[in-house]
Amino acid sequence: MARGFSHVLNSSPLQPGDLQLEIDNVFLAFGGVQALSGVSLEVKQSEIAAIIGPNGAGKTSLLNCVSGLYHPQDGEIRFYNGRPHTLTSLKSYQIAQLGVARSFQNIELFKHMSVLDNLMLGRHVHLKSNIFSGGLYWGRAQREEVENRKFLEDIIDLLEIEAIRKQAVGTLSYGLQKRVELGRALAIQPSLLILDEPMAGMNSEEKEDMARFILDVNEEHGVTIIIIEHDMGVVMDISDHIAVLDFGVKIGDGTPDEVQRDPAVIQAYLGDDHGAL
Amino acid sequence: MESGIFHTTYNKDMALRRTPIMRWRIILAVIFLVILPFVSNGYSLTLANQIGIAAIAAIGLNILTGFTGQISLGTGGFMAIGAYTSGILAAYMGIPWWLTIPFACVVTAVVGSIFGIPSLRLKGLYLAIATLAAQEIIQWAIVRSPLGTDALVVPPIKIFGTSLTKLRIAGFGGIDFWFYWIIFLSLGGVILFTVNLFRTKVGRAFIAIRDQDIAAEVMGVNLFRYKLLSFATSSLVIGLGGAILAQYRGIVNYERFTIEASIFYLAVIIIGGLGSVSGSVYGAIFMVLIPAILNNIGRALGSTAPEIARLVPFARQAVFGLTIILFLVFEPEGLAKIWRDIKDYFRLWPFSY
Repeated sequence: MARGFSHVLNSSPLQPGDLQLEIDNVFLAFGGVQALSGVSLEVKQSEIAAIIGPNGAGKTSLLNCVSGLYHPQDGEIRFYNGRPHTLTSLKSYQIAQLGVARSFQNIELFKHMSVLDNLMLGRHVHLKSNIFSGGLYWGRAQREEVENRKFLEDIIDLLEIEAIRKQAVGTLSYGLQKRVELGRALAIQPSLLILDEPMAGMNSEEKEDMARFILDVNEEHGVTIIIIEHDMGVVMDISDHIAVLDFGVKIGDGTPDEVQRDPAVIQAYLGDDHGAL
Repeated sequence: MESGIFHTTYNKDMALRRTPIMRWRIILAVIFLVILPFVSNGYSLTLANQIGIAAIAAIGLNILTGFTGQISLGTGGFMAIGAYTSGILAAYMGIPWWLTIPFACVVTAVVGSIFGIPSLRLKGLYLAIATLAAQEIIQWAIVRSPLGTDALVVPPIKIFGTSLTKLRIAGFGGIDFWFYWIIFLSLGGVILFTVNLFRTKVGRAFIAIRDQDIAAEVMGVNLFRYKLLSFATSSLVIGLGGAILAQYRGIVNYERFTIEASIFYLAVIIIGGLGSVSGSVYGAIFMVLIPAILNNIGRALGSTAPEIARLVPFARQAVFGLTIILFLVFEPEGLAKIWRDIKDYFRLWPFSY
């Protein structure tokens, strides 16, 4: 049985509904390939925003721009965290320090570290020990490790991964690794959580679990979530607002109902010559 | 986890020695190390000291290569920096030997971080070549300087005005005896420091960079800063090994710090176990003892079978090469993994499933 979360998971000072992330006319090209052509998107505090679109539409590229892995040639990405920050001029680690956490499409965990250590790395921006206090494991360094372990135990409890907390991540099943990766992102106490295909390759039971965790994080803790997902059933069920990308252009944006009825979206997914949906 | 052992606080659960058997193992090891110099002869003490110094430098290299994943071929050069700094300060500036060692560590750390700057852009083999350049540049600078022509003679160490070579207490003394304590206290300090480092923030960031650098950066690790920090920490420890070596030998010449030394230390950590502190020590023991054993075999055969004895020095290189290949093929995680497997076997015995 869950024993309840005793820490604050969401570090955003905004009220639900406030503008949190503003992607403004972003252009990104790799050589001659135009990955994103003038994409704009607004994400509000405490909502679940989904980005959908066919393969190669530029969904992951857009999120990589948000987390500073790609630098768009034009356009700005602004993040509000009490103060406005221009993410496009920051480095990845600085963006993480602002409370933007993410998971990856292909799991990018630290394979040789235990689950606990992986999660503890998520606490990196909150830890203050340095090489000397850490090397001596004395005073603050030790206190800090124990205090943060308590925080991690809350996340372990939330994600129901108690049994594997000391196992090396490389030995875990795919579904569990995805869960640990979500945990690592949560450990940062995110204001904004970016999930890149958190359910890819899962069976329906694992998908249900993951959907439950995502909804828990969003509804109980008010964390804003941007999600890329191909399972339309899940996307339509959990998102508050959906943006549709196709060939680097945003072709639709709205509530799940609006998007499902949007002729441009239907055309992108089903082609020109469809009879009825 | 052993059955029947329950931790009731996170502090106990996160301790380095969590079970009684772990504590006993370390106590026995310390007792053995304390008794050793009193019962062993000069030759085995020399070997022990060589092992100790090799272990210190190997841990230093392991911090960078095994834990942070940055391949380095510059260990010999960095050791030379430590050794020459300590030697020069003692010989020409009259600074007491114990003070030259921390100086040497800091200087080596600074030099190491400078040569670590390319690591932001270079990975894997390319970085290996860049560190090889560090090795060659340092060696070139030493050879071309006034120090290159003659070996640097380090003044003998004095404690309370008495030369260490002459200092005897209750019949025990000699340079090897006294240095044994210096070397093994330093090694103990380095081991404790490193083990603790890798269960706190900075060390975890190092391992994260090795396993998945992009993910580490997205989780808030400043890659450049932490890679430099790893180079600095690693060189600091390697410099400590070099400085102790200089004081212990009493003489510094660059032939000890060529590319061969760099490769020797890479072999130590590969055989011992990449990313393992204890593995660095096992590797050092192995790599120092194998040639010593082969030498002894050669000497023993010298009278009875001189033809074979003449081949032994050549066999040494072959045995070295062969062991490295065998380890890479059969146990890439090194002696540390073998020791772990042995422990697991007994821990789970008789129900090893």
